[in-house]
This record gives sequence, structure tokens and C-alpha cells, in this order.
Amino acid sequence: MTSVLAIILKRLGIGVVTLLVVSAIIFSAIELLPGDIATEVLGQSATPETLAAFRAQMHLDQPAVLRYLHWLGSAATGDFGISLANRRPIAELIATRAANTFFLAGYAALIAVPLAVFLGLVAAIYRETLLDKTISTTTLVAISFPEYFVAYILILIFSVQLGWFPSLGSVEPDMGLWERMHRTFLPAMTLTLIVMAHMMRMTRAAVVNLLALPYVEMAHLKGMRRWRVIAIHALPNAIAPIVNVIALNLAYLIVGVVLVEVVFVYPGLGQLLVDSVSKRDVTVVQAACLIFAATYILLNLAADIVSIVSNPRLLHPR
Amino acid sequence: MTSWLGHLRSAPLSAWIGLLLLVFYAVLAVFAPLIAPFPQSEVVGPQYQTWSAPYYLGTDALGRDVLSRLIFGARNTVGIALTTTALAFFLGASMGLLAATIGGWFDAISSRAVDVLMAIPALIFALLILTITGTSVPSLILVIAVLDSTRVFRLSRAVAQGILTMDYVEVARMRGESMFWLVRREVLPNAAAPLIAEFGLRFCFVFLFIAALSFLGLGLQPPMADWGSMVRESAKLIAFANFSTWQTATFGLAPLLPAGAIAILTVAVNLVVDWVLHISSGLRD
Repeated sequence: MTSVLAIILKRLGIGVVTLLVVSAIIFSAIELLPGDIATEVLGQSATPETLAAFRAQMHLDQPAVLRYLHWLGSAATGDFGISLANRRPIAELIATRAANTFFLAGYAALIAVPLAVFLGLVAAIYRETLLDKTISTTTLVAISFPEYFVAYILILIFSVQLGWFPSLGSVEPDMGLWERMHRTFLPAMTLTLIVMAHMMRMTRAAVVNLLALPYVEMAHLKGMRRWRVIAIHALPNAIAPIVNVIALNLAYLIVGVVLVEVVFVYPGLGQLLVDSVSKRDVTVVQAACLIFAATYILLNLAADIVSIVSNPRLLHPR
Repeated sequence: MTSWLGHLRSAPLSAWIGLLLLVFYAVLAVFAPLIAPFPQSEVVGPQYQTWSAPYYLGTDALGRDVLSRLIFGARNTVGIALTTTALAFFLGASMGLLAATIGGWFDAISSRAVDVLMAIPALIFALLILTITGTSVPSLILVIAVLDSTRVFRLSRAVAQGILTMDYVEVARMRGESMFWLVRREVLPNAAAPLIAEFGLRFCFVFLFIAALSFLGLGLQPPMADWGSMVRESAKLIAFANFSTWQTATFGLAPLLPAGAIAILTVAVNLVVDWVLHISSGLRD
């Protein structure tokens, strides 16, 4: 048991170090901006007093290391400083948007994960049949398609032609859950189609590998029914790779959300990030990047830890 | 060369479709000025024309010919994606091969740097850097090439490490060959096959990445014709798609044309890469 704990602690340690290094890189973005930020923001005509006040407000009069620690400390408590473009607190800007983004990603994950695992299992069990080939070809095509292509096809069919779902993912904070799910159905569907393909293929590959192992063949030779072999013998060992696949794809979902939000004009963090990049509003970009990167790193960390915990070989060290 | 022709003859239908599509795209890209009926960024007619001669695919919001812009888009988008992939390969492969050959501190430092770069999603990292550098074509190429070279680095390092344990490398070392010679004459020829297959996959990734950035308005800038930004510019038209008449139907399809061009090219590259991987893995079915 202690060895597993040691491995997990080591992995957690690596995760924390990665987070710190990544946050340092994101922070250093503002250092790399050409020119003086205070003059850039306040304009050439700013008086020395206002410049000094601005520098003090942004802590620009302190050395970079101190500013980094200060930035990281307040970011951990949810305070990301102020936007360079409109000087509003960033926390105010991103609070509801981040919630919207995680709602959309979670919604897509809730549809995509069970569906992908089920289809992956079916494809693996009935492999080399027409069913498997159909599923595999469709998913290969879906992987190659860019997010916005899938999105516009869905809009064309379900919104413009059939009129079932709105083409704009406009949500308000005081909207009921049902209404919200209806409005965000098409963006969630787009994300689902995109991550599902990958997840399904990897699930299929993991299960196909397992089914080739001698003990599964033995179970078949004993005369067990096919589904019983799958459920009792194969599946427990497939959990680790499948959970790993799910976590990796959820991490991908967090990135794919940026493009999908722009297509559906959904008021999320990704949309804000893209807008801020074109406005070159570095502090907002930093905050959004930090949230995206941290989620990505944490999901990858979770994937690794689950695969460590669910590996019985590590639970019984020799 | 003859062996490749032999492979070509026995290639499956999917590979043929992929190859033909690639040739089609290549011809469009190379001979764009000869094929396209109009220049890429010139206003040649009224705005929002439907599909009729001389504007076979209509005109856009400014009255530019969509067909010509699609053809020039092949040249601009694919050209930049190819340059970026080539640069990413040069960077990644040379660093990866060197890291494996030199080993020691060089390997440790470059591997850790790559780990950190890969810990952030590429799109997020690219957005962060483009905020600072601004969106010009050179900075776009550099940023994406560096981000993408990480994966090439990992692959070429792993492949090279496998090769370096071989006896013939040991013999060459004992002969007193220089490190540069080792990389060029022993490692590179043996690592070429997996790297070439990877090139196709990387190209797909880079191409989709640049198209995505252009779609977000942060990639290639107007008036340059480019598929990603064409999707963005014509996106709103989809709301007016209406299948009651042929004319109105084509109108709503405006964003799907460039998006489809992107999708079909990636499918074509994937089909060919699948086939190349199949050959180089030595599988016979």
C-alpha cells in the first residue's frame, strides 16, 4: 500500500511543480509585452502622477518575482487583478463566464462519456463486423472534421431547417436548467461528436487488446456467454485504460470549448479569451489561460492517478 | 522508386481517393492564379450574388468572387501550414536526434522543456503568445512551429534512442566517427520512415490549428484569402439557408464551402497516412 501512496504522492508533486512552472510562464507573458504598460494603457498624455498611481495599483513598481508571487497568491483566492482594456476587476468578468463554460463542457461530457464507452464496447465485441466498420469509419471522419464544420452542419439541420434548437447559445444567469439545456444543446452536441469519436476509438482499442489475452480466451473456452465474459472478466481490467481515456478527452473538451463557444456566440470563458487576445488585453488573457491550463493539468493528473490506483499490480508489491 | 510504384498499384481504394484529392488540392494551390477566374482580394461584382456565371459560387459580403477565394485559399492556407510543419520538423527532429545522441544534461534540459510546453494545451499557449506578438504571418508560423515541434521531438528522440542501442552504431562510435556523422549517416536514415508518416499527421494538425486560429480571427489576416477566415466571414449567412429554392439553398451553404474544403483535405491526408503507416509497418493482409 505504501508504494502506491508513494507513487501517487510523487505524481501529485510533479503535478504541482508543472502547475507552478506553467503559471510562471503565463505570468511572464506580461513581462514580454513591448514598451511600458502604464504608458500603453493610459496613453502618451498621462501625467507622471497618474502613471505612478497606475504602477502602484498594478504593483509595477515591484520586482517581477514579488509580482509573480502576489499574482499567484491572489489568483488562488479568485482575484485576477484588473483588465487592461476597461480597468474592471477580472474576477467580475469571468465568474459567470467560467461557470457557463464548465456547464457546457460538463453537459457535453455527460452525453459523450456513456455513449462513447458503450459504442466502443460494442465495436470491440463485434469487431470486424459491418457494425464495427461503420462505427470506426464514421468516427475517423468525425475526428478529421474541424469543430466549426460539424457545428455549422448541425446548425443547418437542427436550427435552420428543422427549427428544433436555437442556433445561438445565448444563456442568462437566471435561466432555468431545462431552458438552459435546450439553448445549449447544439454546442454540447458539437463537442460530444468531436470528443466521442476519439474516446470511442481508444475504448475500442483498449478492450480489443484485453480480449486477446489468454484468460479471456480461457473464459470463452469454459463455455461462458459472451456478455458474461465481457462484464466479469474483461471489463474490470478495462476500467483503468477507459478512465484514462475519459480524463484525457475531458481535458481536450476544455480546449475544444473555445472554438465551439465562438461558433455559437456562447457567453463563456473561451469567447472572452479570444476577444481579449484580439484586444491584446494581457491580464484577462492570463487569467483565462491560467484557468484553462490548470483544468487541463488537473484532469491529466486525475487520469494518471486513476490509472495508478486501478492497477492491481501496484496494490500488491512484491 | 519502383517499389513505391508497386505499392501504389496495390493501394486500397481509400488511399487512391486520398491521393487523388491531394493531387487536386496541390494543382489548385500551385496554379491558383491561372485557374481562378478573378484575383483573390479584388471586388469584382455586386455583394451576395447567388451561384451563377460568372460567379460560379457567388460573391461574398464585399463582392469578391468566392470560387477564386477558395482556390487562392488552397495556396495561402496550405502553403503556410506546409511551411510551419517543415519548420516544426526541422526544429523537433534535429533537437530530438541531438538529445538522444548527446544525452546527459542536454537531453535532460530539452526533455523537461518539452514536458512543460506540452503541459499547456497548444491552442491556449498559442493564444497567450499571439497576444504578445500580435498576429502576423511570421509570428504565427514561428509560434505554431515551436509548439508543434514538441511532439516531433518526443517521437524522434524515442526512435533515435532505439537506433542508438544497435550494434552498427556502436561500431561506428568505436571507429571514432563524429557525433554529426553518427546522426546523419546512421540515425537519420533509419528514423526516416516513422518520421515521414508523422509528417502527414503533423501537417493535418498544423493545418487545422491555423484554420482554427483564422476562424477565431487571430490567424491569417484579411484581405488574404484563407479558408478559416472565410468560414468566419460567411458564418452569419447560414441563418438564411432555405431549401425551398435552389438559389436560396446555395446562399446558406456559404460557410460550409471553406469548412468543407478544410475537412476534405484533412480526411484525404488521413487516408494517405493510414496507407503509408500500413506499408511501413510491414503488415500484410
